[in-house]
Amino acid sequence: MARHTQRAQTPAIVTANAELAERLHKLWEIEPGIKGFLGTVDHKEIGIRYIVTSFVFLLLGGVEALILRVQLAQPDLHVLSPETYNQLFTMHGVSMIFLYAMPVLTGFSNYLWPLLLGARDTALPRVNALSYWLYLFSGLFIYASFLFGAAPNDGWFNYVPYANHQYNPGPNIDFYSLGMIFLGISTTVSSANFVVTAMRTRAAGMSINRIPILVWGTLTSSVANLLVVPAVSLAFFLLWLDRNYGTKFFQPQSGGQPLLWQHLFWIFAHPWVYAIVLPAMGMVSDGLPIFCRRPLVGYTLVALSTMATMAIGFGVWTHHMFATGMSDLALSFFSGVSIIIAVPSAVTVFAWIATIWTGRPVFTTAFHYFAGMIALFVIGGVSGFMTGSVPVDWQLTDTYFVVAHLHYVLIGINVFPVVGAIYMWFPKVTGRLLDERIGRINFWTMFIGFNLAMFPMHISGLLGMPRRIYTYPDDVGWTAWNLITSVGAFIFAIGVLLLFHNIAVSLKRGKPAGANPWDGGTLEWAAPSPPPPYNFVVLPSVASRHPLWEDRLDDAPGRSLIDIGLALDKGRQMLGTTVIDAEPAVILQMPFDSYAPFTLAVGTAIIFIGMLYRSWPDIGIGVIVTGIALLLWLWPGRLREGSPEAANEPPFAEPGHV
Amino acid sequence: MSDVTMSDLALGHRAQGMRAPALPVGSIGSQASGYFGVWWVIITEASLFIYLLFSYAYCTMQFPGPWPPSGPPELTLASMDTLILIASSIAVALGEHAIKQGQRARLTLGLAIGCVLGIVFVAIQLKEWASKGASLSSNLYYSLYFTTTGFHMAHVAVGVLILAALTLWSALGKFDSVRNSPVSIGALYWHFVDAVWIVLFTTYYIVPRLG
Repeated sequence: MARHTQRAQTPAIVTANAELAERLHKLWEIEPGIKGFLGTVDHKEIGIRYIVTSFVFLLLGGVEALILRVQLAQPDLHVLSPETYNQLFTMHGVSMIFLYAMPVLTGFSNYLWPLLLGARDTALPRVNALSYWLYLFSGLFIYASFLFGAAPNDGWFNYVPYANHQYNPGPNIDFYSLGMIFLGISTTVSSANFVVTAMRTRAAGMSINRIPILVWGTLTSSVANLLVVPAVSLAFFLLWLDRNYGTKFFQPQSGGQPLLWQHLFWIFAHPWVYAIVLPAMGMVSDGLPIFCRRPLVGYTLVALSTMATMAIGFGVWTHHMFATGMSDLALSFFSGVSIIIAVPSAVTVFAWIATIWTGRPVFTTAFHYFAGMIALFVIGGVSGFMTGSVPVDWQLTDTYFVVAHLHYVLIGINVFPVVGAIYMWFPKVTGRLLDERIGRINFWTMFIGFNLAMFPMHISGLLGMPRRIYTYPDDVGWTAWNLITSVGAFIFAIGVLLLFHNIAVSLKRGKPAGANPWDGGTLEWAAPSPPPPYNFVVLPSVASRHPLWEDRLDDAPGRSLIDIGLALDKGRQMLGTTVIDAEPAVILQMPFDSYAPFTLAVGTAIIFIGMLYRSWPDIGIGVIVTGIALLLWLWPGRLREGSPEAANEPPFAEPGHV
Repeated sequence: MSDVTMSDLALGHRAQGMRAPALPVGSIGSQASGYFGVWWVIITEASLFIYLLFSYAYCTMQFPGPWPPSGPPELTLASMDTLILIASSIAVALGEHAIKQGQRARLTLGLAIGCVLGIVFVAIQLKEWASKGASLSSNLYYSLYFTTTGFHMAHVAVGVLILAALTLWSALGKFDSVRNSPVSIGALYWHFVDAVWIVLFTTYYIVPRLG
């Protein structure tokens, strides 16, 4: 204990005041100019960058989809050559699944988590900055393949032997392989940051039964990512070795195992599917209560279902491989698990329905999106349940039925909640409300366009239309369904444009929102809109799940404190709390803006470009840049306050790193 | 006053001007965010090696001929490697223990020994690779062998660089009995790299002799 007191600070508990706010503002604001642009570690700035970048990839993927739908609108069209078609459908999938769906949720969580948790930043802000730069560079890396006319062209799951060099000799698959390993690093470091943030930067008193569901969703996804991203990174690395250095992993003529690719890919990709929907489901679980004017029904069950979905989700990967000739035992087991996984999803759906049923819904645009998501989730869930059954899957695998299913799941449970979340949290981010009238048109255009586009795919699938064919003859009965799908796709696209229109208009002319436009109950609504760089003048302490609704619900043993708390203004400081009970444990010294993450990401990009060209000097330069960046990043600061050897240091001598 | 916690505050003790309990400041040992972080790095890296072993097991089971095709690998060099890594882990652990008592010279010595043993490991491993008379592209077994041990060697190389940096920082007086979380973080990673080797050694060198 003696050693503890030496290095301790006894923080004063104060009431929030303007003088303190001004001091914190100076400490926490992003530095002006290039240093702030390249070096910022602010979770709000990084979150916005993530969201904007992911929407750029969403637009690119959307344009690719529209071109595909023009090609498929009528039989025997030749708008695209087969090769171009292959590249476009592959990049459509890659853009949406990898470069949009996860990063957009990462962006929201980045922006929202510290606000939801009553903190001033995430636990590892420089790691957070690094994850964004790696994401941006890896996305550009994959898209650079278009400049060489060599975009990935074997579909997003990239099966061998198609993807082996004998059958696909161009650089297409090398771009994809290296790009995915590159992106995997970003996902990994971002996930580690989220997990550590959830473990130790929650407001005092925010024990694990008081955490917003969005946090549970992203936390679950992040843990899953840490466990499964290595599988796909390894698969792509082995493929890259096969293609460039003559290894035999996937070469059947040398005893290699093409099915090993499918196992490694789906061990990753099925949990990934849950990773890109669970945080979005969390948005719905946190959003619906606000617009239903009551707490979520079954909080504990929903939180546990989130984790149960992921736990079971680790054991369903071979349902993507039912047609590969596995043993009956394996088929039965994985089919059973794939059907059981419907249970936790159903628990969540019924919790949402009960929340609406027993609440007093306010039909805002955000509510429309969240409620619409429930409908689409049920449709996508049922078609998934169907294909979980082996005989049905044998009939439907590789047909448009599967395409319909995955679009209901990914657009239904990712895009719709995300757009709902934009309507809900845009006022928090910008201080202005989105236009509700345009919002209503926006929702119905997207909802009708989506169903018009995707529902007929079930039917063309049942009629036997295989996925990934670039055209079809006119005498097989698929013409009308494809035309409807193409028309629906364009209507859906108009809906997305309406969203951008609304954002553009409302940024300039939207009604001022105030701190809490929807009368929400969680901590982010206690901060001003937009929140100041330090989020909270004093660090709040929490007595219930809805700190701002306590007077109404009267469900807490005491009252949360928002404007009385720890000041923590000796440098960039915030509170570290214990993992389960969130009791105060430590005062965290947070980093200042730093060039190190950007430099590290640049070094990594140089390494991957070197690997693409198999240029050892290039790789060497990248390694050196990366090493220097890491060394400077991790260079220990001066011995700080409290150390016996540094008794004469100034009280808050945390230096800004490079 | 020191028994007042923040959650007591939330329960209604609204005394203005009251002081919270004294709290440790900054990165201290296992309280450092980086210490939490390195655990998750280890979990994700361990997953990577599990998938490498899964690939090995899958190929072993599916392979039509005898496995490994050229018989179980020679034990001598790999056994030396195993002992060397265990010794290096002990040296680093002793150094970490010493700095918690404020003994900086012992920390520097422990880290330096760990680092040098890591370099010796890499040298022996390279010698063993050269003695195989085979390469990545020789056959499926050697593709797996060189890739898996290569991944591990890359981790050893990173570990050696970490230990080198820590040795330097220790010599420069960057650590004391209180501020030493980088040592704990680096040591944890190094122990992990050693543990991975023991699993790989068992899988590649011992298991083929059991069948």
